[in-house]
Amino acid sequence: MFDLDRWREIFQSINKNRLRSVMSGFTVAFAILLFTLLFGVVSGLSNFFKDAFADDAQNSMFVRVWKTTKPYKGLQLGRRIQLRNNDFDYVTDEYASKIQYQSARIYKNFNLKYKNNADSYSVRAVHPDHQFLEKTVIEEGRYLNARDLKERSKVIVIGRLIKRDLFGEKPALMKRLNVNGISYLIVGIFSDDGGDNEERLAYIPVTTAQMLYGNNDYISQINLGYDPNLSLDAAITFGNRLEKDLRNKLNIHPDDQSALSVRNMAEANQNVGQFMFVLYFIVIIVGSGTLIAGIIGISNIMIFVIKERTKEFGIRKAIGAKPSSIVTMVVLESVIITTIAGYLGLTLGTVLLKAEWLREVLEEYFIKDPDVSPGIVMGATIVLILAGLIAGYLPAKKAANIKPIVALRAD
Amino acid sequence: MIEIKKLHKSYPIGKDSLHVLKGIDLHIKEGEFVSIMGSSGSGKSTLLNIVGLLDVHDEGEYYLNGQLIKDMNEKKAAILRNKFLGFVFQSFNLISYKTALENVALPLYYKGMNRKERLKVALEYLEKVGLKEWANHLPNELSGGQKQRVAIARALVTKPKVVLADEPTGALDSTTTDSVMDLLKDINDEGMTVFVITHEEEVAEQTKRIVRLKDGVIISDEYTKAAKAV
Repeated sequence: MFDLDRWREIFQSINKNRLRSVMSGFTVAFAILLFTLLFGVVSGLSNFFKDAFADDAQNSMFVRVWKTTKPYKGLQLGRRIQLRNNDFDYVTDEYASKIQYQSARIYKNFNLKYKNNADSYSVRAVHPDHQFLEKTVIEEGRYLNARDLKERSKVIVIGRLIKRDLFGEKPALMKRLNVNGISYLIVGIFSDDGGDNEERLAYIPVTTAQMLYGNNDYISQINLGYDPNLSLDAAITFGNRLEKDLRNKLNIHPDDQSALSVRNMAEANQNVGQFMFVLYFIVIIVGSGTLIAGIIGISNIMIFVIKERTKEFGIRKAIGAKPSSIVTMVVLESVIITTIAGYLGLTLGTVLLKAEWLREVLEEYFIKDPDVSPGIVMGATIVLILAGLIAGYLPAKKAANIKPIVALRAD
Repeated sequence: MIEIKKLHKSYPIGKDSLHVLKGIDLHIKEGEFVSIMGSSGSGKSTLLNIVGLLDVHDEGEYYLNGQLIKDMNEKKAAILRNKFLGFVFQSFNLISYKTALENVALPLYYKGMNRKERLKVALEYLEKVGLKEWANHLPNELSGGQKQRVAIARALVTKPKVVLADEPTGALDSTTTDSVMDLLKDINDEGMTVFVITHEEEVAEQTKRIVRLKDGVIISDEYTKAAKAV
């Protein structure tokens, strides 16, 4: 029911009593502002963590080997463990159903030379699946493929920064690159979100590397991408089993972390998930606290305001105001103030979170792209409006039922 | 217009109760100009509050405009006050953030009259009390006499049956007292029932009937020279 006169009456009351209105509004605006900033900062933290792990595929697992630290089955400690192709194939055969991607990795350091430009770079010899495990983005040309591996081709995929270092602005694709004296064909140029180091890398086929450098079947590391349909728990179980089986196969003590370990992103994901859960839990508690403080603030101010206005209510009643009209007036006033103030707080908070200077400062503290979901803030505002409604209603109801004669005596 | 039979009222004070009105019988006919005299504590204000439906009595009967007042809730009382009664208070009781015109128009808002019409009516009444030029001033820009005239205009604007004035001149000097009393007389001459409470003899003498209260009972009830002169 829209009653222009009633609104006029309410707006006059708000407008003519500015200090009072601003005071009540300030509490709400401040509570919503804090709430917005709080959730913004947490979402920023969450974004940062997501990004920090986004370099590699979320479902990746690495099998790493080093020296034994425990004697086992008569073998002494300090033995250097070496992964071979048959270990790689063993993983493929045993766990095919749980694996989405699989690639070996051999670490090399080569001097790359094009015309007069040369420098030393890390080179990884890998399988084609490696592209997905490392989230390598092809900018030009292509990645390594199955045919490269089969034919042991001398092809190389170089990082964006290698291309810039050696070729500058000139095209590098399909050019011949001198790799420690052996000529490789550049078939692709890639970029990677993992930072500069990840873009100063080059990839060559694993088979080529094994043939040219030592003519053996050694590999440094096995990288896997587990089936993303696996639950986190199943993925962790899979990682543990893989670790156990490989230690068994390579005659390593079952508890020798140093000799062979499987680094499982599922575990990291679980940790991050737990961390975020705890963080959100804290935020919900702190956020609720902020809201409750806001609610208490409005309630106090409303009680004060209504006490101050008791006489006015008495006058109004003496000249014919029904108690209900007084309650309606107070409650609507309270709701209007909370709504406007809530909106101001929300707007200010959002503007702040979008402010470039603040973002730059926050980014140093691991807070990236802070943002609040409108739903949460709308929810908080609605809670505050309801609170304003109740905070206005209860004392107003009481004031409206005071006998006018008592109300008139109040000062 | 107002008929009161054996009216009793007491207020609780701690565990005891203070018997303020001890069996009041009073009949005021339409068009009368009555003053209630009494020292403080005589129960005159209590009587006015009961008559004005601002308070409730304990025992006895009270008829307002022929209607028995009993078991009033605040809502019904508010409607009756708005319809039949106009109040003038000692301390004016104007709403400080509203202009003179808006103060006068407020009872009409509660009556449900639209804004344009009620502002027009309110201005007429302000003119009647000689304050048309002050319509857009706030109460704190007016003198005491002017405030009381605004309050009278507010009391009259709904065309009530009875105007109840509680020490209307209590906060005014003698000159403004006279002008306010003249105004009340004019209102009475137009046929409205006026019910004044005062402790000032000069004020009471300007009314047509003086009812004297002492310790909660009526000790005298007589018509004044002013009444006989008519």
